[in-house]
Amino acid sequence: MSPTMTEATVVTLKIDDREISARSDQTVLEVAWENDVFVPALCHYEGLGDVGACRLCLVEIKGSPKLTPACAIKVVQDMEVITLSERLQKYRRSIIELLFAERNHICSVCVSNGHCELQWLAQKLGVDHIRYPYLYPKVSVDASHERFALDHNRCILCARCVRACDEVEGAHVWDLLGRGVDTRLISDLGTPWGESETCTTCGKCVHICPTGALFEKGKSVAEMVHARPRFAAMARVRNNSGR
Amino acid sequence: MAKARIATVWLDGCSGCHMSFLDLDERLLAVAEQAELVYSPLVDFKTFPDEVDVTLVEGAVASEEDLHKIKKIRAHTKTLIAFGDCAVTANVPSMRNLVGKKAVLQHAYFELATLDPQIPTLVVPPLLDRVRPVHDVVKVDVFLPGCPPSADTIFAALVELLAGRMPDVPALTRFGK
Repeated sequence: MSPTMTEATVVTLKIDDREISARSDQTVLEVAWENDVFVPALCHYEGLGDVGACRLCLVEIKGSPKLTPACAIKVVQDMEVITLSERLQKYRRSIIELLFAERNHICSVCVSNGHCELQWLAQKLGVDHIRYPYLYPKVSVDASHERFALDHNRCILCARCVRACDEVEGAHVWDLLGRGVDTRLISDLGTPWGESETCTTCGKCVHICPTGALFEKGKSVAEMVHARPRFAAMARVRNNSGR
Repeated sequence: MAKARIATVWLDGCSGCHMSFLDLDERLLAVAEQAELVYSPLVDFKTFPDEVDVTLVEGAVASEEDLHKIKKIRAHTKTLIAFGDCAVTANVPSMRNLVGKKAVLQHAYFELATLDPQIPTLVVPPLLDRVRPVHDVVKVDVFLPGCPPSADTIFAALVELLAGRMPDVPALTRFGK
């Protein structure tokens, strides 16, 4: 049991003018989701550490002129959070559009068509076209692994796979190399996935990928259905904690 | 009241969106009561008319001919609909943007040709350097994603537009659907 958990107290806050009580060690995003308040997110995954990579969970906190990622801020007493405003929706849509423009997301021929969080969020947020010019980067597909493949065309750099492999499986196969639009997901410091000495072939990375970037070989268009492992439940069992 | 004048055009796409349009089946009769199809691959008019109320554009803009057509269509259309993923996102045709026009022509007309390999310069329109979504070239009024958009989606959108309302597109369809 971590020290923060023993010190947690109960706080009350407002989310969209609704009184909500929460534990002081919870993030705004956790509390919002627990109370069925829709806040979009692609890099957050229950049971993994948060990194604030996708910026989709930006919310307004009363008293602050800045937008704050809900996954990166803990709740405090009397906090007032706004999760839905024209300003937030505008930024959320822009982020989704930029993700589509940055790689080659051809939904109609993607293994994850119909099972993709990026595609689903685009529809949910009303993105029906991309206003930014597509970059069409020439990126590769690593199909060297016996059972899985990595398609950089579909990667949104959420780093869920990096964290699942490191924090849950304990193998730390994945890392991100480079910066900005040149960032690439790499295995074992840049060797082909199939030659990885650390990969245990557990498939956790594949099943938490929000898009079709990591998939099981042999899956065709729209066939890659993610199993969505329950890391939080696994952690609870492992720690035998009450959470 | 005069019937609305609608048109459909087929740029760089697979015709799947037009097939889905035909899947309206008996609902085509309901559309025909309110609208007249004045130009389409499905009818035999040779030139795009001067005044069209609603034009459904299937396909991305990939060739000089597509570019010429879409500009003319825009100039004579009140409500222009990017119809399906190729028109909305450039979709599968845009995959050639990763390797470039030259590599595509080289592959199609030299590597795969066994007799008299050459790049055609007559009849076949020259390709643009990049395949572009329709809104990258002209103003688009309604985006109807889908690969293809279902007949239900097309019908619901047409009903709204013919009644003078904007359809709630995200409630009907999405990319890849």
